[in-house]
Amino acid sequence: MSYVSLTINGVMVTVPKGTTVLNAAREAGVFIPTFCHDPNIPRFGACRICVVEIPGMRNLPASCVTEATEGMEVYTESPAVVEARKTILELLLANHPQDCLTCEKNGDCRLQDYAFRYSVKEAGFKGESKDYPLDDTNPYIIRDANKCILCGRCVRTCNAIPDRSVIDFGYRGFNTKIVTAMDTPLGESDCVYCGRCVTVCPVGALAWKPLAGKGRTWEMARQDVTCTFCDSGCVFEVLSKDGKNVGVIPKASGNGRPLCLKGRLGLELKYLDDPPPPYLKKDGEFAQVSWAEALGLEDILAKLDNKG
Amino acid sequence: MKSLLDKCCEKCTHGPQTPCRDFIKCRKTGPICHDDEACRQKRQNALSDIHLTKGSEKKNILICAGTGCTSSGSRKLVEVLQEELQKHGLTDKIKITITGCHGFCEQGPLMIVEPDKTFYVRVQDSDVAEIVEQNLVGGQVVERLLYKDPNTGEPAETYESVPFYAKQQRLVLHNCGHINPEDVAEYIANDGYAGFVKALLDMTPEEVIEDVKKSGLRGRGGAGFPTGMKWSFVRQATGDKKYVVCNADEGDPGAFMDRSVLEGDPHAVLEGMLICGYAVGADEGYIYVRAEYPLAIERLKIAIAQAEQYGILGDNIFNTGFNFHIKIKAGAGAFVCGEETALLTSIEGNRGMPRVRPPFPAQKGLWGKPTNLNNVETYANVPYILRHGGDNYAKLGTEKSKGTKIFALTGKVNNTGLVEVPMGMTMRDIIFTIGGGIQGGKKYKAVQIGGPSGGCIPEENLDLPVDYDSLTAAGAMMGSGGLVVMDETTCMVDVARFFLTFTQSESCGKCTPCREGTKRMLEILTRICDGEGNMEDLDTLERLGRVVKNTALCGLGQTCPNPILSTLRYFKDEYIAHIRDKRCPAGVCPNLLVYKIDQEKCKGCTKCAKNCPAGAITGEKKEPHTIDTEKCIKCGACLQGCKFNAIYKA
Amino acid sequence: MASCKCEQNLESQYQELQKVFDKYRTVQGALIPLLQEAQEIFGYLPGDVMKKISREIGVPFSKTFGVATFYSQFHLKPRGRNIIRLCQGTACHVRGAAKVFEAVSNDLGVDRNETTEDRRYTLETVACLGACGLAPVMMVNDDTHGRLTPDKAIAEIKKYD
Repeated sequence: MSYVSLTINGVMVTVPKGTTVLNAAREAGVFIPTFCHDPNIPRFGACRICVVEIPGMRNLPASCVTEATEGMEVYTESPAVVEARKTILELLLANHPQDCLTCEKNGDCRLQDYAFRYSVKEAGFKGESKDYPLDDTNPYIIRDANKCILCGRCVRTCNAIPDRSVIDFGYRGFNTKIVTAMDTPLGESDCVYCGRCVTVCPVGALAWKPLAGKGRTWEMARQDVTCTFCDSGCVFEVLSKDGKNVGVIPKASGNGRPLCLKGRLGLELKYLDDPPPPYLKKDGEFAQVSWAEALGLEDILAKLDNKG
Repeated sequence: MKSLLDKCCEKCTHGPQTPCRDFIKCRKTGPICHDDEACRQKRQNALSDIHLTKGSEKKNILICAGTGCTSSGSRKLVEVLQEELQKHGLTDKIKITITGCHGFCEQGPLMIVEPDKTFYVRVQDSDVAEIVEQNLVGGQVVERLLYKDPNTGEPAETYESVPFYAKQQRLVLHNCGHINPEDVAEYIANDGYAGFVKALLDMTPEEVIEDVKKSGLRGRGGAGFPTGMKWSFVRQATGDKKYVVCNADEGDPGAFMDRSVLEGDPHAVLEGMLICGYAVGADEGYIYVRAEYPLAIERLKIAIAQAEQYGILGDNIFNTGFNFHIKIKAGAGAFVCGEETALLTSIEGNRGMPRVRPPFPAQKGLWGKPTNLNNVETYANVPYILRHGGDNYAKLGTEKSKGTKIFALTGKVNNTGLVEVPMGMTMRDIIFTIGGGIQGGKKYKAVQIGGPSGGCIPEENLDLPVDYDSLTAAGAMMGSGGLVVMDETTCMVDVARFFLTFTQSESCGKCTPCREGTKRMLEILTRICDGEGNMEDLDTLERLGRVVKNTALCGLGQTCPNPILSTLRYFKDEYIAHIRDKRCPAGVCPNLLVYKIDQEKCKGCTKCAKNCPAGAITGEKKEPHTIDTEKCIKCGACLQGCKFNAIYKA
Repeated sequence: MASCKCEQNLESQYQELQKVFDKYRTVQGALIPLLQEAQEIFGYLPGDVMKKISREIGVPFSKTFGVATFYSQFHLKPRGRNIIRLCQGTACHVRGAAKVFEAVSNDLGVDRNETTEDRRYTLETVACLGACGLAPVMMVNDDTHGRLTPDKAIAEIKKYD
């Protein structure tokens, strides 16, 4: 493999050819903020918060999609870069509810973290902002399109499984919105509630309904568990507060198989001190079901019953 | 033999399945495969019917059926003319040819009598009988229908003596308005496909690229990237399949040159694409035309069908083994699809959201294959380059911008229309000599060049030679070549707001700075126009403009602040007047205007009081009236209706 | 612009759609042309039609919806028999297009992108029709009308049933 050497903020870094500037910086321990970047899904280059200054290049390129080349000079916190990042954060905040105090994502939100880092106190611009109704029509995922920054990670992760592809970008320009087919609430769509989208959302636009109000992120202890429902081995996190297990959330999908609802419900039953009742969609409506039905164990149980 | 392109006798075997190498040459100077005087004569007769010589008994009436003249009623003229010719038994001697856009849309419908080059303007149905009787039968030009110089009143006998055309150098528009775009024979009679034949039969692909490089041709879509260099990247890219794509998604408000070329000379674009396909090693081409151009799409369909019929497009073209097919893709209404990566992703059937570059289309374009993308005007330049050689082409223009450029001259200028001039002509010449100066003798303020990506050129830069680099240095850009002329009654803040309204509604929404930034810039501009701005807004506009320019994903986003930045650069005083004095110096922004009645001029006819929907005007009959500024809704109805010019805005 | 074909029954419209599918079976990137042809048949893009198109060419329905809502040419609601498109281009703007729009809008009693109750007209604006020499300009269906005044525009529109 061939290597290239570049300087980042004056420090020489050597990386394999083909490495992005973002990854080179991360390898060198240099911080660059990102919203839309996710190493596991196709690159997108849309949020522009990761721009850097590279003398000789037109404008400020996005580091997540710019390849490091031999002799390149990169500046990650130059005045132009900082001005750009602050302005982008102000623009995002100007079109985002200022309700951090009650937001489920408080403490685990990139918008909040970066605003803190770049001391962006307020939106900075006054004008029209999004005003969509809250989508709270299913028992698992709460969607707040007003908090969405359109990074598209949910879309790209959902579309990674072709027969899911439940959501996509809809409309255009300022009216762009993440939509289901015909822009219905999620509960009326073909969503299977695997939760891949929730795990990648960097802000409070997607949240777990079963966890709502259960505690702040910093109050939670986390423990990785591997799902053994099938042999793909998806990883989930068990969240506990004050020694009590309160929720199970997906973390990373196993090879070749996506996260699924059944696996997560099974883990809830297994780990939670007080598992919430499971719901499944029946004739287009969500209905509370037995654990046996939720986990698809009815046939097996029936057989066991017969033997007994 | 009905058409120039038909076979002269049974000896000719040319057809799409059995192609002949010498087809194009044969049709003009043939027959080649056999010697027969009768056949030769047939060819010469067919040619001379297309190229009438001066003094010929036969005449050719050209009627412009471009979009402009059609909407001024040129289709009806054709019908009336046909009837009149029949009445006079002239149908054998006089041919009617429907042409594409002639460029002088302002004066439409246009009618030309060839070979005399007589040029009739604003021809109405009722004029046709007179033209037939006096000119075609009587041999006397109908003077009242000739173009007259607005300053001297001097009539122009031929189109060549019209100042609008005299200073132009029509190289790309050469055929536009002079041939029937729906007949490939006329294109071929005018040297059409000769450049392609030369490339295909006598040159290697590398030699073709070398010639295009030598010509110095740069992309006419806006950015001005050297065309030959782009072609060589595609040629060098590895891939089992390559594409040639033509960007005909002309979306800049104020630009319509691509439309005119497609409507008036579609084969020139096909020929340019064929040459490119041969040069880069592609066998398939797409033309992406915006849906708002139905006539252009229709003409292209006819042109492609005719080229296929005669074996100019298809497999084994002219028995050389070269294959090339062209397909049309109609856009679906999104300005951003004029951006190259958005255009490609749209052809693939997706939302037209731009992709990050690199990889560039030359490496990974349509369906991941190496793709050459140029716009209509660029391709239409190529046949000329091949026919005359890159060296000769490079003699035109300036050091770094070669050839000609077509501009769409619109706005408050006397002669609106399409103008093709050598690169390097001054803006003053374009606007004042060709364009005939400002309407109504008003004072020139600025010209906006390059549409929503461009900027404005004020009075002090009028003598700038127009080329890619000088425009960029002046804070504008060539863009597609839309020139919107503005006078003292144009408000520059309003102009900036107008362009931002456009880019804001056309932003695709993918990247943050463009999606959110255009919205905020527009809101600030609107506040300023409404008299609610403050001085800090100017700093904010500049900062937002700078950040959007620096960080947006695609060319549309990166250039959309230009109209703001350039008006701020040259007309900051107008912004300040809006903010500090709550005054619109040009008298445009309605919230900042007051309508007044000149007490000297008002005759007390009471018309304005009757017209006023708000009941804001009062006064006794035959006494000067007054406007109650509190009640006035600034609709302008009084002003439009006043016969005494007594009402004014201040 | 196809005139509305609401009289035609739904069944024959779907049959026509089926023929269109056959035409595009081997075409790459068929989604947009299919939506265009479907809109010609139905006058707009009903949800069921988009769903059918998605299934036919194996594209997620969510994507089809995303594409249909991206391009301004596509309409998800029924439209009028006559489509009025007023140009908002630069040249038209400086020559008073806004006044023409206002007059037409008041006369028809509809705003931008709205359809009159009798489905006779849909009022739209368009960025630039490229007929700037004739500014201000509008298109009614496929006809271009230039050098408009508010009164002239209204008079022209009345000629379309």
